Amino acid sequence: MLTRLLSGDGPRSLPLALILLAIFLCLALAPFLFPGTRSVDTAARICVFILLVASYDLTLGYAGIVSFAHTMFFGMGAYGVALASTHLGRGFDALVLGTLAGALAAAVFALLIGLFSLRVRAIFFAMITLAVASAVAVLVSQLSGLTGGEDGLNYQIPRALTAAQKYLDEPVLGVRINGKLLNYYLVFAASTALFLVLLRIVNSPFGRVLQAIRENDFRAEAIGYRVVYYRTIATCVSAVAAALAGSLYAIWLRYVGPDTTLSFEIMVDILLMVVIGGMGTMYGAVIGATLFILAQNYLQGLMGAAAAGLEGVPLLPGLLDPDRWLLWLGVLFVLSVYFFPTGIAGRLRGE
Amino acid sequence: MSAPDHTPTMARTGIWQRLEPHLPLILVPLLAGLGLVAIPSPTSWLTLTVSGLAMGMMIFIMASGMTLVFGLMDVINFGHGAFISVGAFVGISILLALGSMTGTPSLWLNLAAVLLAILGAALATAALGLAFEKVIVEPVYGAHLKQILVTMGGLIIVEQLILVLWGPDEIFFTRPEALKGAVTFAGAAIEKYRLVAVGFGLALFLAMRWILRSTKIGLIVRAGVENGEMVEALGYRLRLVFVGVFVAGSALAGLGGVMWGLYQEVITAHMGADLMVLIFIVVIIGGLGSVEGCFIGALLVGLMQNYIAFLQPKLALISNIGLMVAILMWRPQGMMPVVKAK
Repeated sequence: MLTRLLSGDGPRSLPLALILLAIFLCLALAPFLFPGTRSVDTAARICVFILLVASYDLTLGYAGIVSFAHTMFFGMGAYGVALASTHLGRGFDALVLGTLAGALAAAVFALLIGLFSLRVRAIFFAMITLAVASAVAVLVSQLSGLTGGEDGLNYQIPRALTAAQKYLDEPVLGVRINGKLLNYYLVFAASTALFLVLLRIVNSPFGRVLQAIRENDFRAEAIGYRVVYYRTIATCVSAVAAALAGSLYAIWLRYVGPDTTLSFEIMVDILLMVVIGGMGTMYGAVIGATLFILAQNYLQGLMGAAAAGLEGVPLLPGLLDPDRWLLWLGVLFVLSVYFFPTGIAGRLRGE
Repeated sequence: MSAPDHTPTMARTGIWQRLEPHLPLILVPLLAGLGLVAIPSPTSWLTLTVSGLAMGMMIFIMASGMTLVFGLMDVINFGHGAFISVGAFVGISILLALGSMTGTPSLWLNLAAVLLAILGAALATAALGLAFEKVIVEPVYGAHLKQILVTMGGLIIVEQLILVLWGPDEIFFTRPEALKGAVTFAGAAIEKYRLVAVGFGLALFLAMRWILRSTKIGLIVRAGVENGEMVEALGYRLRLVFVGVFVAGSALAGLGGVMWGLYQEVITAHMGADLMVLIFIVVIIGGLGSVEGCFIGALLVGLMQNYIAFLQPKLALISNIGLMVAILMWRPQGMMPVVKAK
């Protein structure tokens, strides 16, 4: 049953299995284990990013295509929900419609970019996605009438998913059973389900062909697989999954803005998560996203303490300033590309 | 063995066939002409054209190194933007330190200060380029995926180091006295600095063209772009040539960064990463590896951006994507492709 659920691609290593199990249990029981708005918020963010990073790994790790437009697809899903909720009013129909519209838009865009650039040369894809994504980000911040510009959009989601709705009068284990909790479990369940779908896809014959193309596209073409076709489909699937992650994020936050969904910083974050966690294994996405978001939230405090401790030494406090945490992750990123390209997950599997 | 009976006929290639590869050359005047039709007043057209050319020249300076590096060693450097930022910060710091020279309205003192700043920036980014090549790029030759990832990582690190050294705030400053203000020509106000930028860019382009066309090192570089293995077989160490080109390209990026900083009168750590978008568009539409294509592409992008920003401000960046799409439909390998599809 479990093997079937994991598409026959289990962790294949005891430490990895234990870590994954721990992450799964912590996320499944997050509202009860770590009560408090901030920690539940962090847990929801981890769920969404696991899905987002896994969908990125489908293109980067399995198909070997570098895309810089992943946040654009993420943003399409998020803005789909936001715009539908703003214009159609509060309700589940708006959420569903917005999610579908966002996913459709992402698929169409991915198809266009893919057909256009993958046909010529795979390396164009990285440059063209970067250009298109930054153009879209600028457009979104300029069309403030429609998208709220830099301020973004605040909107209402159905009452059943907000803290105002109470399901039980008595708290269970000290946790109030309200709409917010339901919202968290919606995010958690949807992310888990979509993650398993992605795992299914990469372990299907289609996924095998993608890996063959990654290893040697010339030979794959010679065997008779149409490389352009497979690469484009992979890009579209990954874009749809990213858009769905964006919709979940929008439902959870009840806000979208360029900074939370479209900015280049998030793209860099995703890249770091995939590479540090491990390219070419879906489990790498789980580890990468969890580690990175925990680091983002808690490493900065640690660095602040270290910087304060080194007051008076030249340059060092500047290097350890909490705002410079990306510097150290950048160094870690470069080192991991050189020395363990399969990332943490690959290392634990002994690859 | 006797010679074959038939006499070969030497057909001259048609005029169209000989002209066709040079077709992109007319695109720049064509776009300028279209601009003249679309923009109602000729004086604003003149202002916009000069500023478009100035912008194009600066983008060309920054992009030329990148396209050559790709052509020569098939290395795609996403960290190129880091050199732009570092160049701008070093150059502007030198200018600010030379406040006594830039504050006076003497043209020669001002130009000397700018030249010193440009030289300092180019030297700093050349050194950085050498280090970047050794530490970041060399271990990942031949693997595009890793190159993209690692150079991206390098960009993040350098950007963060700038923030450590110069602080997190953007730096505002004013141009040297003699480069402030505008001259009036045929009723159109043209900023002095833009004229200087156009002249400087043109001089650099001509110098680069001369080096590539008329010197031995240029010959080796061009041959290396065309067929690297053959050049190595002839006994040239292409590896060294490549390092040289990489360093020169980094120095040019730093130089372009100073000029861009002077143009905007504000510098930020992420300015290089922002400019990379335009640079990629230019490199792609020019044809990877082609300096001439890069030059034409940069001018097209500069003009397009300025015209559209005047006519439809919100579409400025989208218009460049449109330009790229149109050109790739016409020539999928870019306007003047040099490197055969690898």
